[in-house]
Amino acid sequence: MTDTAVHRIGRWALARIVRLGHATAFLHVLLVRSWRLPSRPGPAAAKAARLVVHQLFSVGVLTLAIILVSGIFVGMVLGLQGYNTLVDFGSEASLGLLVALSLTRELGPVVTALLFAGRAGSALTAEIGLMKATEQLAGMEMMAVNPMTRVIAPRFVAGLISLPLLAAMFTVIGIYGGYVVGVIQLGVDAGVYWSQMQDRVDFYDDVVNGLIKGVVFGFVVSWIAVFEGYDSVPTSAGVASATTRTVVSASLAVLGLDFIMTALMMGGS
Amino acid sequence: MLNNRLIEFWVGVFVIAGLVALTMLAFRVSNLTAMETVDGYKVTARFNNVGQLKVKAPITLAGVRIGRVSEIVFDSDKYQAVVTLEIDGRFRKIPRDSSASILTAGLLGEQYVGLEAGADEEFLRQGDSLMLTQSALVLEKLIGQLVANLASSSGKK
Repeated sequence: MTDTAVHRIGRWALARIVRLGHATAFLHVLLVRSWRLPSRPGPAAAKAARLVVHQLFSVGVLTLAIILVSGIFVGMVLGLQGYNTLVDFGSEASLGLLVALSLTRELGPVVTALLFAGRAGSALTAEIGLMKATEQLAGMEMMAVNPMTRVIAPRFVAGLISLPLLAAMFTVIGIYGGYVVGVIQLGVDAGVYWSQMQDRVDFYDDVVNGLIKGVVFGFVVSWIAVFEGYDSVPTSAGVASATTRTVVSASLAVLGLDFIMTALMMGGS
Repeated sequence: MLNNRLIEFWVGVFVIAGLVALTMLAFRVSNLTAMETVDGYKVTARFNNVGQLKVKAPITLAGVRIGRVSEIVFDSDKYQAVVTLEIDGRFRKIPRDSSASILTAGLLGEQYVGLEAGADEEFLRQGDSLMLTQSALVLEKLIGQLVANLASSSGKK
């Protein structure tokens, strides 16, 4: 039996498809477990809530710093670049609009999701992968504790909640970054900066669609992160490569989905 | 590991900050309140040419925004554009013989519908139609007229 290039491509494709199947089956269990978290009997529900709060801390609060710093810098760069481009056409009054639309529609959700995959997604994968490698997950099962409910679902739910909130904060701080550069430094009128923005940024088309993107990215990035951890090869090298895969595939998924969602949301008009 | 209360506090701060950011996006950035026409009424106006007018373009009276364009359709019998104007319920006392014209904000700005108040004692109501309209100015036509005028005036000399 010769192993030609065609065989290798076929084997690779089949392995991908099998893995996608595993990920989907995993997602099914994960969603069922996450859905049941709040409806568990009495003290178990409070405990589940505390687990989610703890994860919100490590996934959301600890990611805040990088999100806010990136947000203000992205906003300031947009302000500077936008001003220098718009001033050629004498329309620097539209700076606020430019900054706000770029951030609410695209940069807010997308950059937040990429940073989130790098900061929180990789940590989730490494943590779960290491738990698997040190047989903590197996130990839980021995004690009749379902690791899906105890470990995986709270992390997934926390990621799903955190990302849209982080994206909203990124957008707002970015708009203020643009304000600092455009209004305070370059002398665009403050009233014009805000009024053009309020005039032309549509709540449903821009803000809500950006929020939808945030929720979808939160879902996908968290799913990929916990799946890669749960599915990792339980060795040091296995956890390392799973962490890398999380960042790479989550980033690619975010960029690909962003294009598809933008096409669906903007395609008509 | 931090203790429980501190974690809960910071998560609380995080969630509140996120919700504040969302509220700011709704009211400070996109001005949600100004988008909605409260208990508005619709009137129609026919134009020979709407130019670049778009749905959601503002409607102003004396420069104050009083509503939005809600629909633009083509009437294939009269070869005209029928523009539906949704006017906010706060502005009910607009005379029936008011006229509508399509104007441009600034030289290259977006187009909007400007109303000029008439003198009628009766006011516009839901479903009324504006009789007096003025179409959008099409820049090419203006330049064409200008060139023609120049040519004819130089021909007289």
